[in-house]
Amino acid sequence: MAAEISSILLLFVVLGFAVLRPRGLPEAVAAIPAAAIVVASGAVHWADALSEIRRLAPVVAFLAAILILAQLCDDEGLFRALGAVTARASRGDPIRLLTMVFVVAAAITAILSLDATVVLLTPVVFATAASLGLRAKPHVYACTHLANSGSLLLPVSNLTNLLAFTASGLTFGAFTLLMALPWVAAVGVEYLIFRLFFDRDLGLGTTGCEQPDELALPVVAVVVVALTLAGFGLTSLAGVNPAWAAAAGAAVLAVRALSRRTATIKSLVSAGSVPFLAFVLALGVVVRAVEDNGLGSAVGRLVPVGPSLPALLAVAALAAVLANVVNNLPAVLVLLPAAAAGGPGVVLAVLIGVNVGPNLTYVGSLATLLWRRILTRNNAEPQLGEFLRLGALTVPPVLVVSVLALWVSLRMFGG
Amino acid sequence: MAVLIWVVEGSWPACVDAAGRLGWSGDRVMLIYVREAEVTAAVAGAYAGLFGRGRPARDPSQRLTEASISVAEELLDAAEARLGRPAQRLIRTGRVEREVVAAATGVDMLIVARDGDLSRLGPRSLGRHTRFVVDHAPCPVLLVWPRIAPSVESIPPPLDRPPGQRKPGRR
Repeated sequence: MAAEISSILLLFVVLGFAVLRPRGLPEAVAAIPAAAIVVASGAVHWADALSEIRRLAPVVAFLAAILILAQLCDDEGLFRALGAVTARASRGDPIRLLTMVFVVAAAITAILSLDATVVLLTPVVFATAASLGLRAKPHVYACTHLANSGSLLLPVSNLTNLLAFTASGLTFGAFTLLMALPWVAAVGVEYLIFRLFFDRDLGLGTTGCEQPDELALPVVAVVVVALTLAGFGLTSLAGVNPAWAAAAGAAVLAVRALSRRTATIKSLVSAGSVPFLAFVLALGVVVRAVEDNGLGSAVGRLVPVGPSLPALLAVAALAAVLANVVNNLPAVLVLLPAAAAGGPGVVLAVLIGVNVGPNLTYVGSLATLLWRRILTRNNAEPQLGEFLRLGALTVPPVLVVSVLALWVSLRMFGG
Repeated sequence: MAVLIWVVEGSWPACVDAAGRLGWSGDRVMLIYVREAEVTAAVAGAYAGLFGRGRPARDPSQRLTEASISVAEELLDAAEARLGRPAQRLIRTGRVEREVVAAATGVDMLIVARDGDLSRLGPRSLGRHTRFVVDHAPCPVLLVWPRIAPSVESIPPPLDRPPGQRKPGRR
């Protein structure tokens, strides 16, 4: 009982620290000592902690490779070029631009992960809309939404996917095959709602714009990303961990950048976000302690079993709610062991919930939302009613339609 | 006479041209552009939602803020050039509709463009912010069409029903 309470308490400390970020310290500062305490106190056996780390280490390495690959692509000018391509293809028409932004954001999120869309693509999309003399709001909001709901396709699209992928026992190819339809469905429903919601903002055309920049396509980056993508398929067929494909892609661009002195070892390590990776490992150990001390069986009773449509919908809704209360990363860590017992269908339904759900609150969880409200209470609090309304309008239909698509996929391809 | 022109992406040239057509001389012309704080805040929120990546230096909303300031400058440059005369420039940040109303205090004329459904005449031709500004402006307002105005035929015909009888299906 003591171990149960102390490990739950420690999990709350770790999550609270990650939300509050006192003095801007990295989240790992609380998570690593917490992981050490649960092991030292015997709340989780050291062998179990080790096996948890061993299970998560390849996931974390995969993530690091993708983060570095995305940063190097940005250094090569890939995102600037994408901005120029979308500007050109839109021909100054706001609706055409929105369509292009949806295509690009869904693709970047799927291939280079949601971090790339939020950090690297969003500013480019803003600048693109502005250079065309168009209102940037619908296009910027499309990026922030698709970073979540557009991350269903590949195991690399989201850290939650990597975790679910490992737990599901599916191959890279099978995962992608099952999630292709839900991904298309999610992006499609978002698009329709955006078109209606921003009807008036998209009604005004351009007022003459700057000549789009000369297209300087970063050929090397595009080729490397395409080969990496092909590598995912090949490694999956050959039964090799697809993380190697990501590592190879990152390595090629890293060597090139180092030799051209556009990157240093230090900048590469920084792009890999070592404190973030350490945080994920430590959080995994703390969650394992909580599960081993009773929460696991409690969650097991909550999670429905079997891939029937009502069960999948219930699982996705539960995951979405949990993701909104804490955050999607701890939510998926807590839900996965129980979901894995229900088979790949249930795991993927959890994934749809934790990936689509965070659009409901603009910061991914109620805890973060409340904290930011407190922080900004004294300053002029920006009006976020519109963004929250957009979230409330999109999340329920996107959830339902993508789970429906998952159910169809499961019947078509098995699983 | 002090004239305030509200500069919005897409519709501002019509406002500037309207000011030119008025042909006042010796007027004080002001151009206002309001940066919408919600957009930057939403991006900051999206980054905050990436759990565990606590690195303020990578927060994309910083880059967005910088970009939006230069966008505002460029828009006002273009508007001033089109106006063909020096104008006082105001760049504000916050709730767009309220900032515009606040800046309109004491001016003799506020020039605003319709920005909603431009395919027909009617109340829907005003967007949400423009509606607020027109309804709350503390000064005379010149409301212009950013393109050629639709024809009067775009107004739906009146519903013919005897006086006093209520519209069917409504309360």
